[in-house]
Amino acid sequence: MTSSARLSRLPRVLCAALALLFAAALVQRVEAQDISAALGQLTTNKYDDTEAALGALALSGSPAAAGIVSALADGKLFFGGTPPRVFIEGTGGALLDPLTMQPVADAPAVKPVRVNNRIRRAIDAASGALSLVSLDAAKRREAALAVGRSRDEAALPALEMALGKETDPKVKSAMNLARASILIGKEGITPAERIAAVELVGAEGNQDALAILRSVPESAAPEVKQAAAAAIEGIERNLALWGVAQNVWYGLSLGSVLLLAAIGLAITFGVMGVINMAHGEMVMLGAYTTYVVQEVIRTSYPGLFDASLLIAIPLAFVFTGLIGVLIERTVIRFLYGRALETLLATWGISLILQQAIRTIFGPTNREVGAPSWMSGSFEIGHLSITSGRLWIIVFALMVFFALLATLRLTRIGLEMRAVTQNRRMAASMGIRTNWVDAMTFGLGSGIAGMAGVALSQIDNVSPNLGQSYIIDSFLVVVFGGVGNLWGTLVGAMTLGVANKLLEPYAGAVLGKISLLVIVILFIQKRPRGLFALKGRSIEA
Amino acid sequence: MSTSPMNMTRQPALLGTSGIIFLAVLVAVSVLVPVLNLAVAPDSAVHVPTYVVSLLGKYLTYALLALSVDLIWGYVGILSLGQGAFFALGGYAMGMYLMRQIGTRGVYGDPVLPDFMVFLNWKELPWFWYGFDMFPFAALMVLLAPGLLALVFGWFAFRSRVTGVYLSIITQAMTFALLLAFFRNDMGFGGNNGLTDFKDILGFNIQADGTRLVLFVLSALALALGYVLCRFLVRSHFGKVLVAIRDAETRVRFTGYRAENYKLVAFVVSAMLAGIAGALYVPQVGIINPSEFSPANSIEIIVWVAVGGRGTLVGAALGAVLVNYAKTYFTSGILAPYWLFMLGGLFVAVTLFLPKGIVGTFYEWREKRRQHDDIPDEPLATPRPAE
Repeated sequence: MTSSARLSRLPRVLCAALALLFAAALVQRVEAQDISAALGQLTTNKYDDTEAALGALALSGSPAAAGIVSALADGKLFFGGTPPRVFIEGTGGALLDPLTMQPVADAPAVKPVRVNNRIRRAIDAASGALSLVSLDAAKRREAALAVGRSRDEAALPALEMALGKETDPKVKSAMNLARASILIGKEGITPAERIAAVELVGAEGNQDALAILRSVPESAAPEVKQAAAAAIEGIERNLALWGVAQNVWYGLSLGSVLLLAAIGLAITFGVMGVINMAHGEMVMLGAYTTYVVQEVIRTSYPGLFDASLLIAIPLAFVFTGLIGVLIERTVIRFLYGRALETLLATWGISLILQQAIRTIFGPTNREVGAPSWMSGSFEIGHLSITSGRLWIIVFALMVFFALLATLRLTRIGLEMRAVTQNRRMAASMGIRTNWVDAMTFGLGSGIAGMAGVALSQIDNVSPNLGQSYIIDSFLVVVFGGVGNLWGTLVGAMTLGVANKLLEPYAGAVLGKISLLVIVILFIQKRPRGLFALKGRSIEA
Repeated sequence: MSTSPMNMTRQPALLGTSGIIFLAVLVAVSVLVPVLNLAVAPDSAVHVPTYVVSLLGKYLTYALLALSVDLIWGYVGILSLGQGAFFALGGYAMGMYLMRQIGTRGVYGDPVLPDFMVFLNWKELPWFWYGFDMFPFAALMVLLAPGLLALVFGWFAFRSRVTGVYLSIITQAMTFALLLAFFRNDMGFGGNNGLTDFKDILGFNIQADGTRLVLFVLSALALALGYVLCRFLVRSHFGKVLVAIRDAETRVRFTGYRAENYKLVAFVVSAMLAGIAGALYVPQVGIINPSEFSPANSIEIIVWVAVGGRGTLVGAALGAVLVNYAKTYFTSGILAPYWLFMLGGLFVAVTLFLPKGIVGTFYEWREKRRQHDDIPDEPLATPRPAE
């Protein structure tokens, strides 16, 4: 195996395939001897010999052995001729040489190698052991993990044999762990060996390791038990930390959802002072836009499905933005300065929009699919991260910073800020305040629509979608401080993380309730939110 | 404030014309309905079936609820989006009493535990259910539960000067938190299903026609008394301060009044009125469940008041009855799918075209006709647009 070890120092990508080929050729030549003895045993037509042959094949580590064992399992292994030889039945009934897998020219009359329950068990054990020496490193690792979980003492010889030959460090550590897990419970080994095994398992530090360590036999020496207890404690502390990290991650994920839902409101409510109760419905309209886009793609352009969200985002922005402008022009502009009345009017609008969607699309949930790049997950340490959630966080931040940039850097952003701060002064400087009002409201609504595209991925797309976000959104904006975008960001993330950190202790519903109570109390303490705009007026 | 000059030395009458009309209508209804229900043959055109009696009774409790909102929104400027919570708490207190009256007639026949507790495998009654087998205690709780919640909540909120929109949003958060809490089975209030399957109230069969009539008349009486109480409050010195707080809270504070205490009293009284409305509502409807806490319900109450006329008391009651009658009428016919369009449209139309509501607009019109009359009948005119 030195050749493959040497090769592996070269750039892996280029050489991996080559190295595997070399290794395969090498193994086949070296192990041919061991296998031929085992093959001889397979021709005696005795169960005892067959079982012994399976044992030998399992330990041989030969790639050909795997084919022989699986042929036996499928009833495709035959023997016959003088001297008796073993054949594998290939496709179409041709007899193949088990080592070369080439058809034999002078095929004799053959009989199948007989199998009974005892042999079937041996077959299972052998194929498990053989996958430990499979050419595919991922398969070897998987097999090692499976052995470690089963903790089958019978697999120990095969495992140790495979360990001797293993070169891939990742697979090797998995095998070491599997060996240690078996050794911990094994009878008749020295305490020193057992402690070494305990430490090895302890270093793994996951839930499986914890279960293995807890199974140290009562009869073990006190120092072994002590070592196991110490290792367990270490793992538990470690896992608790990872657990907190995982909850923080979930919290950030929830926070990004809150941010998405609230950020449009931060404009309409925070900047314009309009209590837009129809904000949730803008989110819902965005989600339904996604649904319609996906339906069109499904029926007409199935190849574009992965791009459906990218297409839906601008469409949702424009569509809900236009609805927003329409609402502003027809209703809200008559109600400026009458905050509580806008609340009522926009609530009415939200009822109308909900019922409109219910009439058009029906009251049931609509199916919105996830494109392939948003599904799947990966792990960092003991954190499991789903791609969908990660994309939503990224998207929320992108929307946030795009909005921030719009307000800070563009002409319309400047005008929006001017109108918010001093309407009459802005008007006398020549800014068309009416137009700016409509644009601002459209912008806030459009952002809500974009949020709806993202939320369609994690929530049920139904006419009630918006309802579930409206209260949270208001709390986020009020908590963060009205009129302050950064406050909205911090508020959303704080509430998200706090919610997820409370959940393990209080449960989902109680966690949510306690969070509501905390926010209510917080508003008593700081009635203008986390980042209140400083001013000298008595009444803001 | 008012468009006409106010004569501070002359207190307006306790009731006023519209108040007298309102009470007269209530008396007429509470006499007529029982008569038409009992004395008129069922096949007669003017016979009032029992289900209509309960329906009317429900409207009256809604009217009382709307009255309680008008007291704080119309006269103090507190737009509570959580008034439904007080209503529901009163309802739950009454519901708990009614549950205890079921006794062994429940599905599981347990003499003490209500059915849902037996179903959840509970062995004994939670402590907060003690005493609800006695009507006086339950009646006390109808007042105390919403009252205490309003006291604690209001004490915190008003002392910290949480006003306007902020107050509206945290009252909404409050009722939302209660909604979530009451949905939990572990809370011991029947979870999702709430409390239902009532049998008796004070020994009378709750389904019986007679009981229904009595409950109806009691609702009318409660509404009348609630109206007189609110009217008494708002025309007193106390009420004048409330209106001043509504229009310029800071100035009132600088004049030396503890505005937060005035607001707190009004808020607690309003919560208790809502609680009474809830307690009368539950036996007539036969169920109380957590959906009564939903924020949407509370917002709907605001609309009743807005339709009838904010700051007029009579208008709030009228608005509640009108909107709910429309709701019953439209949701039961072929127009059912369009009801939400109408309700939504009503919200928009009233805020845009009828900002003073029906009664408020009528007062305004009458005021114009009596330009030269120096004794305004309704000195507490409709409020300016708030804030």
